[in-house]
Amino acid sequence: MARRGRRAALGAAGASLMLLAALPAAGQTATEPGIAAGDRKSGRDFLAPETRAQQDDLSINPGMLWVEQGEKLWREAAGAGAKACASCHGDPSALKGVAARYPAYDARLQRLLNLEGRIQNCRLEHQRAAPLPYESQALLALTALVAHQSRGLPLNVATKGPARPFLAAGRAMFFTQQGQLSISCAQCHDDNWGKRLRAERISQGQPNGFPTYRLEWQTTGSLHRRLRACFQGVRAEPFAAGSPELVALELYLAARARGLPIETPAVRR
Amino acid sequence: MPATRIVLPARARKGEVVEIKTIITHPMETGYRRDHVGLAIARDIITRFTCTYAGEEVFRMDLFTGVAANPFVGFTTLATETGEVVFEWTDQHGTVTREQRRLVVV
Repeated sequence: MARRGRRAALGAAGASLMLLAALPAAGQTATEPGIAAGDRKSGRDFLAPETRAQQDDLSINPGMLWVEQGEKLWREAAGAGAKACASCHGDPSALKGVAARYPAYDARLQRLLNLEGRIQNCRLEHQRAAPLPYESQALLALTALVAHQSRGLPLNVATKGPARPFLAAGRAMFFTQQGQLSISCAQCHDDNWGKRLRAERISQGQPNGFPTYRLEWQTTGSLHRRLRACFQGVRAEPFAAGSPELVALELYLAARARGLPIETPAVRR
Repeated sequence: MPATRIVLPARARKGEVVEIKTIITHPMETGYRRDHVGLAIARDIITRFTCTYAGEEVFRMDLFTGVAANPFVGFTTLATETGEVVFEWTDQHGTVTREQRRLVVV
């Protein structure tokens, strides 16, 4: 509630950064927002029991089809380097825990990278292969495979140091009222989660199950695809998948979800 | 080539009820949808799924446009003798995806 005044005035990301500089230091506790750690609920908690069972039983979880596809791609050499992911990393299980730390700031690239961005960068620099389109089946499969290695581990992104301005930009996006409906992410997912919006129970908008098999999509999709659907829902112009704006928002969402276990591949409505 | 996942126990006691779960990647495109320029997207569905166990058909299902993408099918059968369990998905073009597992009955 105390945040309501702050939320209204935020405009473009640049302007919001300046405004946010006046806010309390963006330490890991000061920026922990609306939902207290004890009240944080994964989207899994908002599902019907049948859908929950479908996620929990990996033998019938349709998202595992993408994880298995990812395992194949993991071992396939690609690009001018003729290297596979496995050539450097060995078994996918070597990347256990990695997904819990993403998005993360890369000091050499001076960019914030999410898991998809890290995989793309690996392809570019080490495999010397063409980048995979953002929502392509191959990128979804590899991302699902890497994130799946961290299933059950709590999200724990770095928000201090160089990540701080990205967190602030993502936070500004979260609290900015947008689109023809003039609604911010926070107005649904901080202030009104658990209530009904027509037939649906409003979730907290937590990012801990992506890439996710969504029944509405009848396929696996990325967090950015889901975010773009929310932008469209409030009739705002969506940012491109993989854009710096959405990666910054992803960082804020991950910080906001700190401690929630990774569920990849999650199953959602 | 669609990917499949099949879950059934490797061994069962004679007379035991065995649960079998299958899933296959398939768009199950209804033929009723249109793309972003308004052209009809052609129907593309699996029309039949069968399971035989030790040569005998134990499960058969006709699929239609109302079935969601990546169909999951679960069913049970009685463990009678050691044999091959064969799964076949046939799409509307007649293409068959075939998988086989061995069930050992003790």
